[in-house]
Amino acid sequence: MSKIKPSKGAPYARILGVGGYRPTRVVPNEVILEKIDSSDEWIRSRSGIETRHWASPEETVAAMSVEASGKAIADAGIDAGQIGAVVVSTVSHFSQTPAVATEIADRLGTNKAAAFDISAGCAGFGYGLTLAKGMIVEGSAEYVLVIGVERLSDLTDLEDRATAFLFGDGAGAVVVGPSQEPAIGPTVWGSEGDKAQTIKQTVSWDRFRTGDLSELPLDSAGNVKFPAITQEGQAVFRWAVFEMAKVAQQALDAAGISPGDLDVFIPHQANVRIIDSMVKTLKLPEHVTVARDIRTTGNTSAASIPLAMERLLATGEAKSGDTALVIGFGAGLVYAATVVTLP
Amino acid sequence: MAATQEEIVAGLAEIVNEIAGIPVEDVQLDKSFTDDLDVDSLSMVEVVVAAEERFDVKIPDEDVKNLKTVGDATDYILKHQG
Ligand SMILES: CC(C)(COP(=O)(O)OP(=O)(O)OC[C@H]1O[C@@H](n2cnc3c(N)ncnc32)[C@H](O)[C@@H]1OP(=O)(O)O)[C@@H](O)C(=O)NCCC(=O)NCCS
Repeated sequence: MSKIKPSKGAPYARILGVGGYRPTRVVPNEVILEKIDSSDEWIRSRSGIETRHWASPEETVAAMSVEASGKAIADAGIDAGQIGAVVVSTVSHFSQTPAVATEIADRLGTNKAAAFDISAGCAGFGYGLTLAKGMIVEGSAEYVLVIGVERLSDLTDLEDRATAFLFGDGAGAVVVGPSQEPAIGPTVWGSEGDKAQTIKQTVSWDRFRTGDLSELPLDSAGNVKFPAITQEGQAVFRWAVFEMAKVAQQALDAAGISPGDLDVFIPHQANVRIIDSMVKTLKLPEHVTVARDIRTTGNTSAASIPLAMERLLATGEAKSGDTALVIGFGAGLVYAATVVTLP
Repeated sequence: MAATQEEIVAGLAEIVNEIAGIPVEDVQLDKSFTDDLDVDSLSMVEVVVAAEERFDVKIPDEDVKNLKTVGDATDYILKHQG
């Protein structure tokens, strides 16, 4: 048997830079109220959301990703040519072939970096980060760009009062690279496919192929509704506050970090009430900075954690070298949590 | 050992106090969670999750909406506790 030379990776991996892109258009709750029977007070008290950003036709998934990535690459202090792989997590890029990651890798000026998309809903950032860490330690890339990007406004039924106010658009990116010290803890992740129906697309795309649209839901103007994200809100809320607090605790334990050692908590920005409940259950001390970016960003799925991370660092609420617990959870149901050192 | 009605009300009072900040003495059998105790639909989910753990019961989502008052919840727990 011939001997195969193994690849040689870095001892550990770390996040070296972060960048975000928020679409120019800010959408206040008043705009949401044009289509649903609700109130600004209800939306704020049940979700924490005051405004969200919606992308224009020019602010495509690729365009937003390139903007966010450019900032992350500059923040990391590397050259785009050094990036060995680009991982994009999205559920709202409407052309499956080719993967949008290849266009982004090209537009950024990478040197033919490996590029692919993943689908892991609101856990996408943690899934991508885990892949990146593996590639760096195993040696197939020195630097990996991980992007979470969504145009969820395209997948929102604005006439559905249970979801119309929740979602937003944006892109967040991090550069992950080699480290001499551990700076990304063990990932606690998983899936619960038995709960797949609790967050899903209303209609699958292939229904539009058969030509028989007769039983599809219509909007108030009588047009067939575009597929949208629908959910069993209370079931998801219960799962998030009960099960995800446990997963977050497991990630702390796996990294050997106590709540007292923690500086920052960056959960997926799904609902401020989920965030507040987790903070209570985890008994996070007062000194821990908690991301509540949802207020002005809404739920941007895979983009929410890097967007919140960038904002906390930009405002000075968090600083480079801080220890942060990150946890993503959503459609699947899927989840991923880990402890990281902030760039 | 199964909890008595009194113990359940006292336990629920502690839970509601922890989640919604309502004084424990306000939590009485005839009180409505939403109208009297400021427990909205999402806080109610948190109350239920805490009650499940404390009293070793399962309260499925479809039953939660029938628990309008502290008395409803107490009866439910009395009947279903493990
Ligand atoms: C979406 C969410 C805020 C809805 O809150 P909820 O309490 O579950 O809402 P419900 O549908 O049970 O409705 C509760 C009450 O508010 C009313 N309501 C529902 N939507 C409303 C709206 N947009 N405006 C005003 N009232 C509304 C209902 O009619 C109901 O009133 P009633 O008790 O008098 O009948 C909440 O379920 C949630 O955030 N869940 C988690 C979802 C999530 O984060 N998913 C993404 C994970 S990645």
